[in-house]
Amino acid sequence: MNIIVCVKQVIDPEAPPASFKIDAATNKAEMKGAAPVIDPYGEYAVEAALKLKEARGGKITILTLGVNLLREVVKKPLAMGADELILLEDEIFTSGDNGSIANALALAIKKKGEYDLILCGREASDTNAGQTGPAIAELLGIPCIILARKIEPIDDKIKVERVNSLGYDVIESPLPAVVTVSNEVGQPRYPTIKGIMAAKKIEPIIWKAGDIGYETGISNKTKLQKLFQPVHEAKCEFAAGETPEEMAVNLALKLREAKIV
Amino acid sequence: MSEYKGVAVYCEAKNDKILPIAAEGLGIGRKLAESLGQELAAVIIGDKALAQQAIAAGADKAYVIEDAQLKEYQPDAYISALEKAIKQIQPQIVILGQTDSGRELVTRLAYRLNTAATLDCVDLAIDTGTKRLLQTKPVYGGNAQAVIITETDPQIVTIRTKAFAALTPDASRKGEVVSIPAGLDSSIIKAKIVNRVVEEVAGIKLEDARVVVAGGRGIGSADGFKQLDEMAKLLKGAVGASRPACDNNWISDTAQVGLTGKIIAPEVYIAVAISGSSQHMSGCSGAKTIVAVNKDKEANIFRHARYGVVGDWKKVLPAFVQKLKEL
Ligand SMILES: Cc1cc2nc3c(=O)[nH]c(=O)nc-3n(C[C@H](O)[C@H](O)[C@H](O)COP(=O)(O)OP(=O)(O)OC[C@H]3O[C@@H](n4cnc5c(N)ncnc54)[C@H](O)[C@@H]3O)c2cc1C
Ligand SMILES: Nc1ncnc2c1ncn2[C@@H]1O[C@H](COP(=O)(O)O)[C@@H](O)[C@H]1O
Repeated sequence: MNIIVCVKQVIDPEAPPASFKIDAATNKAEMKGAAPVIDPYGEYAVEAALKLKEARGGKITILTLGVNLLREVVKKPLAMGADELILLEDEIFTSGDNGSIANALALAIKKKGEYDLILCGREASDTNAGQTGPAIAELLGIPCIILARKIEPIDDKIKVERVNSLGYDVIESPLPAVVTVSNEVGQPRYPTIKGIMAAKKIEPIIWKAGDIGYETGISNKTKLQKLFQPVHEAKCEFAAGETPEEMAVNLALKLREAKIV
Repeated sequence: MSEYKGVAVYCEAKNDKILPIAAEGLGIGRKLAESLGQELAAVIIGDKALAQQAIAAGADKAYVIEDAQLKEYQPDAYISALEKAIKQIQPQIVILGQTDSGRELVTRLAYRLNTAATLDCVDLAIDTGTKRLLQTKPVYGGNAQAVIITETDPQIVTIRTKAFAALTPDASRKGEVVSIPAGLDSSIIKAKIVNRVVEEVAGIKLEDARVVVAGGRGIGSADGFKQLDEMAKLLKGAVGASRPACDNNWISDTAQVGLTGKIIAPEVYIAVAISGSSQHMSGCSGAKTIVAVNKDKEANIFRHARYGVVGDWKKVLPAFVQKLKEL
């Protein structure tokens, strides 16, 4: 099975919220003092691909689009066990809206040619959009299943368990298809020393706009007007006491008094 | 762009009732339609009987797509049906709920209509100058919000649950009901739902509970969650959790609160051993009062909490529960 996994480099979403800053002039965000990471849901998608490869064999190609891509960051999927890394590293890809990114990924997938399954994260930790997977599916004209917690190939089809608010749906789809992956698929594995050594030897393939025929790829359907940090000013009243038990008693008294519980 | 006019709200329904989020969509849709001086339409897949509910909730007109093939929800068929309806109605703005199905349908629907969608909006307004829709949505896991404009029509959005107010239903409101033939060809269904599995736990539903007791990674075990369960029972509430607690199988995945879990707005949210990541807070910041128990005084949760205890939950909770029983 040939699997393509789309993985993005992002600012660290797990850094403390206090380190989050926005540069108002450029509308760009950063996590002060934290290094970039690969997008967590992209990492779950890599894990899902590795599980499939273990069960069925095949090849895993990682597609990463962005600028200033740090090799030690974007190579993590290789260290986890993926076979190949293609970097779409060209300023032009990120000069339009998010649709431009889906266009570039779809063009790169077409150029790659051989694929049975395309995996994306359910949503990137920066955009929180959840649109790239479905967009790629529309651009390639293939089925799309979102929020997978389990993916199982049966003959030339796949069976996917799709998370919903009550439990899950079981969905069957022909291949090729796009599937977006949720955290219920299971914790991404840590790279092993052997994996890290193997990843060191793999040179990423770099594609620019010209390599994938991106001439008309830029989309400007949406525009970011403003990016801002919402303010919340809760003032926490800490329960007094010498011991945790005393504080607990004081909290109970306080909540009762305020008729909160 | 001028041929697109009015606001359309896709009204999802369950058990012969439009969902609360559909009424919330009609509530904000009404406001937007009025500031544009245009009509508000409801789009319904299913029974004609739902049309009057949508009209009572604010719609001027209800378009009903009735087709035996749409009885069971199948995303591929629903996208097709909605595409057809929107092409006929030609609204300037389309609103869906950020529900299990809304988030699944919306991007692909936008692509079929050669436009773009913005998901999970928490604020919507018409720009007084350009008359375009200002779409505010949380990004960076809730650390920031983006205001987005769609340059193409229709401008399509999904709205976050409880972010917008529904109108008080007025059963005397009158409106036109229009039937739209679905004209579906069953071969468009490629990815097919073959089974639905309900896992949700018994008792008070998380979304409906007045009190929610939620546990995080610091709870450390399924046994720990049993204690939270007892406390929730005492307070007639439900148990919620952060993602790591669900990922560790200490509690069902359906208990997850947050950006990628449930978004709730209880009266009281008691967060125990939860650090208060922006992604988690996205799911519970609508709570009226947040109470936090955490051993780390610097934990971000205390920036959101009204009441807090700095201490080990294993010591705090039993004493807290004991005192509540006495009071
Ligand atoms: C795109 C995206 C979406 C996400 N969606 C969600 C979501 O929907 N919901 C969600 O919850 N997370 C979500 N996350 C994950 C999120 O970023 C955090 O990793 C997660 O919320 C942390 O959970 P936690 O607070 O339980 O764990 P931690 O951050 O590890 O915090 C544990 C806390 O417990 C405290 N503690 C430990 N032991 C004790 C003790 N004995 N007594 C008292 N306190 C103790 C610690 O001081 C600490 O503050 C998402 C992440 C991404 C990138
Ligand atoms: N720049 C990118 N490079 C590679 N994959 C991406 C990129 N942007 C989005 N994706 C994929 O699409 C998923 C959803 O992203 P989004 O639609 O932005 O929420 C991510 O988890 C990735 O799998």
